Amino acid sequence: MEKRKIKIVDTTLRDGSHAVSHSFTVEQATAIAGGLDKVGVSLIELSHGDGIAGSSINYGMSKVPEMELLRAASKVVKNAKLTVLLLPGIGTIEDLQQAKDNGAQAVRVATHVTEADIAIQHIKYAKSIGMMAVGFLMMSHMASPEKIVEQAKIFVDCGADYINLADSAGHMVPDDVRARISALKNSIEIPIGFHSHNNLGLSVANSIAAVEEGASYVDVTCRGLGAGAGNTQNEVLCAVLDRLGYDTGVDLYGIMDVAEEIVEPIMQRPQIVNTASLMLGYAGVYSSFLLHTYRAAEKFHLNPRDILVELGRRGMVGGQEDMIIDVAFELSQQKTR
Amino acid sequence: MEKIKVGIIGPGNIGSDLMYKVMKSKHLQMHMMAGIVESEGIKRAAGLGFKTSLNGVDAVAADPDIKIVFDATSAKAHLHNAPILKAAGKIVMDMTPAAVGPYVVPCVNLDHLAHVDNFNMVTCGGQATIPIAYAIDKVADSSYTEIVACLSSKSAGPGTRANIDEFTETTRKALEIVGGADKAKAIIVLNPADPPLMMTNTIYSIVKNPDEKKIMESVYEYVEKVQAYVPGYKLRVPPVIDGNKVTVIVQVEGAGDFLPKYSGNLDIINQAATAVAEKVAENLLSKEG
Repeated sequence: MEKRKIKIVDTTLRDGSHAVSHSFTVEQATAIAGGLDKVGVSLIELSHGDGIAGSSINYGMSKVPEMELLRAASKVVKNAKLTVLLLPGIGTIEDLQQAKDNGAQAVRVATHVTEADIAIQHIKYAKSIGMMAVGFLMMSHMASPEKIVEQAKIFVDCGADYINLADSAGHMVPDDVRARISALKNSIEIPIGFHSHNNLGLSVANSIAAVEEGASYVDVTCRGLGAGAGNTQNEVLCAVLDRLGYDTGVDLYGIMDVAEEIVEPIMQRPQIVNTASLMLGYAGVYSSFLLHTYRAAEKFHLNPRDILVELGRRGMVGGQEDMIIDVAFELSQQKTR
Repeated sequence: MEKIKVGIIGPGNIGSDLMYKVMKSKHLQMHMMAGIVESEGIKRAAGLGFKTSLNGVDAVAADPDIKIVFDATSAKAHLHNAPILKAAGKIVMDMTPAAVGPYVVPCVNLDHLAHVDNFNMVTCGGQATIPIAYAIDKVADSSYTEIVACLSSKSAGPGTRANIDEFTETTRKALEIVGGADKAKAIIVLNPADPPLMMTNTIYSIVKNPDEKKIMESVYEYVEKVQAYVPGYKLRVPPVIDGNKVTVIVQVEGAGDFLPKYSGNLDIINQAATAVAEKVAENLLSKEG
């Protein structure tokens, strides 16, 4: 019997950007993208962690403009699709056109799980200039399977090539994933992908659950480099999928070497589940809030855990890094009273 | 006392809320609501005893009693409407991102725009953040200003959703032109929390002269100036100064005239437009008198 094919989407150069505070250099991006391309991943995502044009005070300034990184990566990516992330409200169609001019072939347009309609103009534009376009729903633990189907259909109707569901807070357990992916599988015709964070130590298990329910694209990063406790670890998932009898098309030893020899040396801290990242997963908070929360906790003399719990209680969504200061200020006022 | 008659084009949420604001005004008198199809907004205006028309801009342009017009349609429609209203001698508050006329933020640049007959109201995020951006730039000289506007999902209408890029681009431009930053960036986030959150806006600025006392005083002064026409405008986080970076967070609670209080974003742009129209009316009345 032929093995089922799973497409590996490596986002070390996008989600991993959070973990290095958006400091990737041209040399690093070239080495990582080139290495990933050689070992056979399907999509290589490269952008500021918050998508193109994410370089900002709110999310952190990019050390090197991402358009330069893209241009450099496009010279070494031969087989995979060089991909960017775009969050409507941060990046615009103008930024997307620039990304295309600098070598991007695909774009994943990401919105909060209930706000898909703000991405229609970007997806349609991407399709009109010949790019692959993916509809990407963030913080999907915050919506029911029915709501997710409704939102995914908005993407399908405007021409998306596949739907990617993200557990941006690393909050879901395998049954949560199964319920959402299977609901999508039963309702839409286009392929489904899954993106996880390891805040509860479940990213590989959740990715497998997604694949078993019919997902055919899985987001990963080398060494798990990413926001919060990081993402599904590329080399681990490829090994597990191989053992389970799926065909990823990725050379297993090759990806192990890219992770160990190229990515590991540039990591700024070990990608582990520490207290704060565990709290992200437990309280359902957007993973890229982590490093910003550490900074605010230091400035306002607070425990990061208290800030994260309050952010979760308030129902903050992706992109609201500014509210970390709001919460920290409020908590510090309460302390002095 | 004599009042200046007002026409509103576009009987949707914005237009209806403007109608209630005009009804409360000292110098403005609600006269006509114009749309292009029969709608709840048209019925509402008729029910309150105002003239209504389904001939849109043409009906408003043809009515000689109307001196001030609020155009609450869309950028595309306003590009069509603007020359017609100009030819008819009307003074226009453009609620769309068309930017035919100059950007106006009442507490910042209204006094310099006495001769203007088409005022562009920027965006809701612009009305909420430019006063603070300007207050900081005035005393500390901003080289870069960035804002993050968070709106409740329920208060972001279909126009905003379909053209979210227009929001970021228009707000950025106005932060530079009116707010005074050398360079600016605008970000918008929609939050679906229920009950809906109040509109919050964060203003970051990189400044050349981070004088804490002057920045504090200036920001407090401008918050008060905005409060004069937007009572629900509130400082959540007063200036936090970190080296050459200034961070300020403001919240906007709507007046609840027609729209719910969480629609602070819609309220502030309407309050600003009404404040401009009031000023224009005052000038017209003093000329006549």
